[in-house]
Amino acid sequence: MNSDLIFYSTVSDVRPSSVHAGAGPEATDTPAIELRGLHKSFGPVHAVDGVDLEIRDGEFFSMLGPSGSGKTTVLRIIAGFESPTAGRVRLAGHDVTDRPPFARDVNTVFQDYALFPHMSVAGNVEYGLRVRKVDRAERRRRVEEALGTVRLAGYGDRRPTQLSGGQRQRVSLARAIINRPKVLLLDEPLGALDLKLRREMQIELKQMQRELGITFVFVTHDQEEALTMSDRIAVFNDGRIEQVATPVELYETPATTFVAGFVGTSNMLEGEAARRILGEPGLFSVRPEKIRIDQPGTTVDAGRCAAEGVVEEIAYLGSTTHAIVALGTGVTLTVQQQNADHVDSALLQRGRAVQLSWPRAHLVRLVATGESHPGDDPTEVESS
Amino acid sequence: MSVAAALHRRPRLRLGLLLAPPMLWLGVAYLAALAALLVTAFWTANSFTGEVERTWSLENFRELFGIGVYKTVTLRTIGIAALVTVVDAAIAFPIALYMAKVASPRAQRLLVVAVLMPLWASYLVKAYAWRGMLAEGGLIDWIGKPFHASSPGFGVTATILTLAYLWLPYMILPVYAGLERLPTSLLEASSDLGAGPATTLRRVVVPMAMPAVVAGAIFTFSLSLGDYIAVTIVGGANQMLGTVVYANVGAAGNLPFAAAVAMVPVVIMLLFLAAVRRTGALESL
Ligand SMILES: Nc1ncnc2c1ncn2[C@@H]1O[C@H](COP(=O)(O)OP(=O)(O)O)[C@@H](O)[C@H]1O
Ligand SMILES: [Mg+2]
Repeated sequence: MNSDLIFYSTVSDVRPSSVHAGAGPEATDTPAIELRGLHKSFGPVHAVDGVDLEIRDGEFFSMLGPSGSGKTTVLRIIAGFESPTAGRVRLAGHDVTDRPPFARDVNTVFQDYALFPHMSVAGNVEYGLRVRKVDRAERRRRVEEALGTVRLAGYGDRRPTQLSGGQRQRVSLARAIINRPKVLLLDEPLGALDLKLRREMQIELKQMQRELGITFVFVTHDQEEALTMSDRIAVFNDGRIEQVATPVELYETPATTFVAGFVGTSNMLEGEAARRILGEPGLFSVRPEKIRIDQPGTTVDAGRCAAEGVVEEIAYLGSTTHAIVALGTGVTLTVQQQNADHVDSALLQRGRAVQLSWPRAHLVRLVATGESHPGDDPTEVESS
Repeated sequence: MSVAAALHRRPRLRLGLLLAPPMLWLGVAYLAALAALLVTAFWTANSFTGEVERTWSLENFRELFGIGVYKTVTLRTIGIAALVTVVDAAIAFPIALYMAKVASPRAQRLLVVAVLMPLWASYLVKAYAWRGMLAEGGLIDWIGKPFHASSPGFGVTATILTLAYLWLPYMILPVYAGLERLPTSLLEASSDLGAGPATTLRRVVVPMAMPAVVAGAIFTFSLSLGDYIAVTIVGGANQMLGTVVYANVGAAGNLPFAAAVAMVPVVIMLLFLAAVRRTGALESL
């Protein structure tokens, strides 16, 4: 892309007004998980390329990034299934880098559920207690409790093969939380579910996390899922972390071009266009819904930037309308308008001359991502 | 209307024509032979002329169950077949586990070839090789010397060792295929839930590999039940059901009695399969 203004498109709708409740009441100062200088290579592939991260006690933490960005590998290193090529893993302050999975106080919810097919649902759920030699009565009580928590009471005698995908997912959850781990690792746990079930499970998982007070580390490539569920999010790209922030920070003030493009939709202004429109050089992003459309020549308040252009394309999306406005010399901006009473719909016509303006406060200065990955085309990053 | 078009519209007929020759072969060569065997067992051989008399009688079975030595031979044969199966399972399991879950893909392919290789050599050569090794002053004596151990000599133990060697690939391959299908994520899940390697082996790997072990056991058990050569070569004076059959077909010329003896492994195998079926292992073969 040679134009000095780049339009990154991923998912149209994001909901930055998400639940971000902060860490639970019993949170302590020691991070639940601490990763220091983590590297992992598979032959020539650098799956994880220098990750430093602190995950707080009791938080719902998401790892977000396109497929192949190293999220699963980091999760597997925390669980102990992979050992890092370099770097240390600390759980609750203790270095566990050299400990096997069964000696770590974390549990995993696998993407393919990994339920034992030769055991009943109850047999699966009680597995962790059984290997720890918890007595029978206690086991039975806690299996009932765990199955109740995931709303599968009475399913104990079934076989995993007799359950639907969503139900297997819940069994897998029950099997993990019955051990009351300090940390629960979830690798795209909702990936195999259909959209409706997915939405339900998102809400349930979030509630469960709040009630249990367990630290959740949640891997997803779905930015909307990450924004709605998380206290904080780490955005992964090519084995590195681009930014760690709350959903609001991530959306409102993305740190890099990659984050601005991957999380929500962004208009990028750089080089000559930035100088002409904004009066200063650099690399900037502005979200489509921050831009206002007016008649040309409308007076602009102090503290706003403005530019004139022509509406090139209109897309009506029900509650909103998207307009692509050409500012000349190949610069185009995407504008998102609420379809509310006060909006002058006459302006949203193809070929109309309009004036765009947006608050300077919503102009975010970015750091360019990936000088080392010129092949990456951010319009092709994976999203739901 | 062409024949091809007619066949195209009648898939069942097409399937029938396709399967008829092999089914015919299976029916004639396999089931008919078995039926003939069953029928022959109820005839008798004239003890002077040696000719088969086609009159129905239970004489052969009366003799088989009435004379102590046949009971001993039957029990010995079952015991040998069972021990061969146990020995093979015990040796094959770790090898198959290593092949399926530890070895690199390249090493995996090499090991499969290595396991198959002995099958390319003649049965007799292998049996005589064991005779040489087991003989007094043979390889096993020589290896055992520093440990004050000696070869078991020719007998039941030698027969078990030799048969276990001969049938080992038939146990390794199904168990390897079964473990290969076992998802690695199940082993990780077990470890994740706090189980050490031994517990994971006992609670996840072994139960899930059981159908494959049973499949292997069907091979090793039935092949051992019918064997008569290995025991002749390394078994000393011991007889198995196979040798009794062989003696009656050959030297004694009593085909009906041989048929009656040959029914014993068939019945044992049917009982074995019925027992296995009840464990549910056959469904996953
Ligand atoms: N066991 C492995 N062997 C070889 N390469 C691997 C292995 N696991 C992951 N990789 C590679 O490491 C990179 C990161 O993978 P992964 O952590 O699974 O990414 P994500 O979970 O973000 O999709 C990918 O390029 C992947 O192909
Ligand atoms: Mg992954």
